[in-house]
Amino acid sequence: MAAVRCRALSKCFVQGEQVITGLDDVSLDIAEGEFVGLCGPSGSGKTTLLNALGGLDTPDSGEIEIGDLRVDLLGKGALAEMRLHRIGFVFQAYNLIPVLSARENIEFVMQVQGVPAQERKARSLAILEEVGLADHEDRLPAQLSGGQQQRVAVARAIVSQPTLVLADEPTANLDSHSADQLMDLFGVLNRERGITFVIATHDARVMAYCRRLVRLLDGKIVSDERQPGQGQTAA
Amino acid sequence: MLSLRLAWRNLWRHRRRTWLTVSAMIFCNALLVAMNSMQFGSYRMMIDGTLSLLTGHVQVQHKHYNDEPRMRYVVPHGAALATQLRGVLPDSAVAARAVAFGLASSEQRSFGVQFFGVEPAQEPGVSTLPGLVKAGRYLQDSNAAEAVLGSVLARNLKVTVGDELTLLGSGLDSSFAAGVVSVVGILESGMTDLDRNLAQLPLGYFQATFAMNDAVHQVVIKVPELSAVAPVKSQVEALIHNPDLTVLDWDQLQPGLRQSIQVDLASSLLIYSILVVLVAFSVLNTQLMSVLERTREFGVMMALGLRPGRLGQLVLLETGIMSFLGFLFGAALGIVITLYFQHTGIYIPGMEEAMSRYNLPGRLYPELSILSALAGPAAVFVGGMLAAIYPALRLFRLQPVAAMRAV
Repeated sequence: MAAVRCRALSKCFVQGEQVITGLDDVSLDIAEGEFVGLCGPSGSGKTTLLNALGGLDTPDSGEIEIGDLRVDLLGKGALAEMRLHRIGFVFQAYNLIPVLSARENIEFVMQVQGVPAQERKARSLAILEEVGLADHEDRLPAQLSGGQQQRVAVARAIVSQPTLVLADEPTANLDSHSADQLMDLFGVLNRERGITFVIATHDARVMAYCRRLVRLLDGKIVSDERQPGQGQTAA
Repeated sequence: MLSLRLAWRNLWRHRRRTWLTVSAMIFCNALLVAMNSMQFGSYRMMIDGTLSLLTGHVQVQHKHYNDEPRMRYVVPHGAALATQLRGVLPDSAVAARAVAFGLASSEQRSFGVQFFGVEPAQEPGVSTLPGLVKAGRYLQDSNAAEAVLGSVLARNLKVTVGDELTLLGSGLDSSFAAGVVSVVGILESGMTDLDRNLAQLPLGYFQATFAMNDAVHQVVIKVPELSAVAPVKSQVEALIHNPDLTVLDWDQLQPGLRQSIQVDLASSLLIYSILVVLVAFSVLNTQLMSVLERTREFGVMMALGLRPGRLGQLVLLETGIMSFLGFLFGAALGIVITLYFQHTGIYIPGMEEAMSRYNLPGRLYPELSILSALAGPAAVFVGGMLAAIYPALRLFRLQPVAAMRAV
């Protein structure tokens, strides 16, 4: 089964009297365990596509399937459920809750899922270990570096055991070392857990990690290339 | 638990703003507790003062007497009934009383008066009037031909202690009632109407003069606490088997008293409501600002899978914590202030005259009760929570993508 399947997606934005095309008849299939980069210049439709796939924004027309779910037919509540259980989000600006510690940020999603407190604690500690932040569990986001915050954000995204991670410019605020570390982490999670990654980026280093690169321009897919030997894909 | 921790920490992101809002709640709650207690205290003093003068808390009367106080509507064997009631109500004071209208004449003048036949030994238990004798003494012998007059009446009749007074009236059997009594005391209640019309006689002498036999018009009961009125009334009702008699409580005897309290309460409620609304607006402002500032954060939370309802709960939880702090510290402060004034009393300059109308002393003593301590703070708590509904509802209109774009 495809992890992501979308057909004829279109989305327009109205700014004053100007109509901007966000997505223009986009169709895309992403298999489970793929590591896909969405690239293109600013305004090409990367984030719009990502938001539509994650149920954060509604397309004007077209169909989206995440696993066996028709995203475009879901109501607000069902979309929230889908995001909570099936999709992990990683944002450019980390977007951690500033008053919660690293561990609490990770636990928060599990609490919403209804995971018991003891299990939450055990799982969040294990995942912090996995992202290399075992000693930073009690630190607030403001006490972490950008790279560390982004790793906490990744831990938060994957702790709910999603099948799909959508990352929007995850390295944009990171130095090259932290960006490499993050991409390595994505690679490990993809390889070892089989999580499907879809990353919107215009960072060449990130593109180099992606086995498949989908290029967008003015809301259209202009190329869809596989890069043999690049990136790390699930078995 | 994590939600509670999150709500708590969110509150202290803007320490000063939160403290200002909580302080407004504390101030308002303390004020409400103190004002409510003072009000309840004044009501109690008003009730006690008014009822202690003549009415008592409960009375046994003929069933028509209260509506139509005619001579013929009597309680037979009144003194015996009073004695019986004293036996079954050891904590209450009970006294029999007879009442008649007539003419009192001195050597120089005559005035229409209200004669009260009272049991001299029992009357001080149910009425404060015997303690208000300014000249001479109070009645002593139940059969003596003596009288105690109100000060204005004595002045109008131009009599003083030791002078004689002629009584004229109509007896129970419609016979001509007449007698001559010595003025043994002059009392001053501070209520001009009462002091102008009041003449108290010993019950035995009254019954003989007005052909009452052993009948009276009222058996007055004064209970130790207002809360005892209802049970005592029920107890007395159970004892009385005469269908012509009825048992009335102070509310039935003095309906104006409760009405004036209700009018005062209503106007106070308006002021209290304004206070609560002001605090609610303060909460609304704080929480609305807080929600607007965190729009981006709420957008991220929605992206993570939180439903708007859950975010609304978070805002309500934050408000709940703030309101609880206001409730706790405000009520505590109000209780401390009230307890202090409950001990010392509050002197209100210029209020003596108004207070004397209700036979109140010059100092007000607040009365702390569960109601006075909790009603105001509870209203502020509810007001605060209601005020948070609007900011919470705004979250339902939030779109994750638009919210995450907020600065």
